[in-house]
Amino acid sequence: MRSRRLRKITLNGTGVLVFLASIFPVFWMASTAFKPNNEIFSSTPKPLPAHPTLEHFDLVLNGGIAEVSFWAYFRNSAILAIVTVLVSGLMALLAATAVARFRFRFRTTFLIMLLVVQMVPCEALVIPLFLDLKRLELLDSLPGLAIVYIGFAAPFAIWMLRGFVAAVPKELEEAAAIDGAGPIRTFFTVLLPLVAPGLVATSIFSFITAWNEFIFAFTFLDDQDKYTLPIMLQFFFGRSGNAWGPIMAASTLLTIPVIVFFLLVQRRMVSGLTAGAVKG
Amino acid sequence: MLDTAPAARKAPGRRSSGPARPRRRPRMGPYLLIAPTVVVIAVLMFWPVIQIGVMAFQKVGNRQLRGEPAEQVGTENFATIFKDPFFWQTLRHTVLFALVAVSLTLVVGTLIGLLLNKLGRRMSGFVASGVMVAWATPPVTAAIIFSWLFGTTGGVVDWLLALLPDWLVGGGWDDYNWFATPLSAYTVLTVCVVWQACPFVAVSVLAGLKSMPSELYEAARVDGSGPWRTFWSITVPILKPIFLVLVVMSIIWDFKVFTQLFVMAGLANRDSFNLSLYAYSEAFGSLNPKLGMGSAIAMVLTVVLLIVTALYVRVMVRQGETR
Repeated sequence: MRSRRLRKITLNGTGVLVFLASIFPVFWMASTAFKPNNEIFSSTPKPLPAHPTLEHFDLVLNGGIAEVSFWAYFRNSAILAIVTVLVSGLMALLAATAVARFRFRFRTTFLIMLLVVQMVPCEALVIPLFLDLKRLELLDSLPGLAIVYIGFAAPFAIWMLRGFVAAVPKELEEAAAIDGAGPIRTFFTVLLPLVAPGLVATSIFSFITAWNEFIFAFTFLDDQDKYTLPIMLQFFFGRSGNAWGPIMAASTLLTIPVIVFFLLVQRRMVSGLTAGAVKG
Repeated sequence: MLDTAPAARKAPGRRSSGPARPRRRPRMGPYLLIAPTVVVIAVLMFWPVIQIGVMAFQKVGNRQLRGEPAEQVGTENFATIFKDPFFWQTLRHTVLFALVAVSLTLVVGTLIGLLLNKLGRRMSGFVASGVMVAWATPPVTAAIIFSWLFGTTGGVVDWLLALLPDWLVGGGWDDYNWFATPLSAYTVLTVCVVWQACPFVAVSVLAGLKSMPSELYEAARVDGSGPWRTFWSITVPILKPIFLVLVVMSIIWDFKVFTQLFVMAGLANRDSFNLSLYAYSEAFGSLNPKLGMGSAIAMVLTVVLLIVTALYVRVMVRQGETR
């Protein structure tokens, strides 16, 4: 009995240590963001700010970094992410319905293609895409960037969503068809409401992909007022590498929304990623 | 209208689902549904990959950016690269980093997964959500946070290492500059990447363990199998398919790591380049861009990754993922 209790304490203790180690970097980011400068550069760092301050957030939010207001970058990032979510979500819904509901020639080819393109390195594709966008005069424009993001978000979105579509019993649609509903009406009244939770999870994933993206935005955008948040952060970091207070405040503002979204969908995302491998 | 729903719910009893369900639908249906995706993928992925293959044998620079036709140079770009010791250095960095980061990610991730499985439900959820925070952090932020943790003035890692006794960690940690040599810079990069990547491994392993029938374990216990033996003869074989996918995905992700290294070390720090940074720097890093040269390096990267991807696709097809 005693050894069992000891085992439980050891396990839970290890669990707490893993938890603390995992959140430490993010915790340290947020804690630094609220520290006054003398505490940030103190020779004996303390976990929590002794005299919390909002001065760094004030600097970041009120145009103190890179002359353009934080909200302009925020708006660029948000618009890109929302457009990516809407368009790739629609594409995913259509394609996931096709692969989950129909047997057709090239279906397997299509699925393998989805797997392959998720692995193609964007670090390599950035070179030809730069030239293509330049030719189309879409360089240094948010629409050009949005097109690229849609292309990179869609394959995973389809892969994830097809599981949700397949989980809806076919009989429901058949019954609707028997009741006289056409395919389009069946889609909207039967399939769509049932796939909605999956669509939300997929959308959040696409949102995060676009929100976090760095290399394309960094390469394609030139005008500072078109920068997205990660580019703004990198730019600011490169220019004033030691202003850790404002840098951490800006990092916090960039990171919090993603972490919230992520925690909302974590379970579905994992099952979407590894569903096949674990279904046994 | 919503009144179709109750009628629909009765349906399963009437008709069982079968794979060959005759239904009259326009034959074009599925093709129309996948058409937008196929077009987008063709334009944004396949066409660029072909372009890389073409440009790798061309000279593409400022003159071509102004609209002049590209100059064919045959295999000159590759000859230059393969003769250059710097290319082999970046390749060595890439491979060594992937080797170390993938192994660490898998070991740490699996251990966390096993721990999550052993913990009670509430504790497991608590720890998992903490681990998820690392996964969710944007790469740019992660790189910046680790630059700060490992920074010289006020960096918490140097402070901690200086506090620890010298016989354990050695001396001279005060204001140690982690970004001065490639080895120490890659140490920081490894910690950062492993921190971000092991949650995915942990959660996948956990999902695999949860799907395992508990009778197997009970049977093993009844037969007198110890925890070590149970682990190697039951847990490992059942997790094998998951591990295959995880290994391949981790190799692919770590082989092309870019954002974190770019933010931490930057383009000025050539000594710590890996392949993707080298390709990028050739293509965009100077006022005299060498996009052909960059494409040649990018092609090496892409070919290596496509070989690994082929392995991945094979595993996924075998596991029935594309059914």
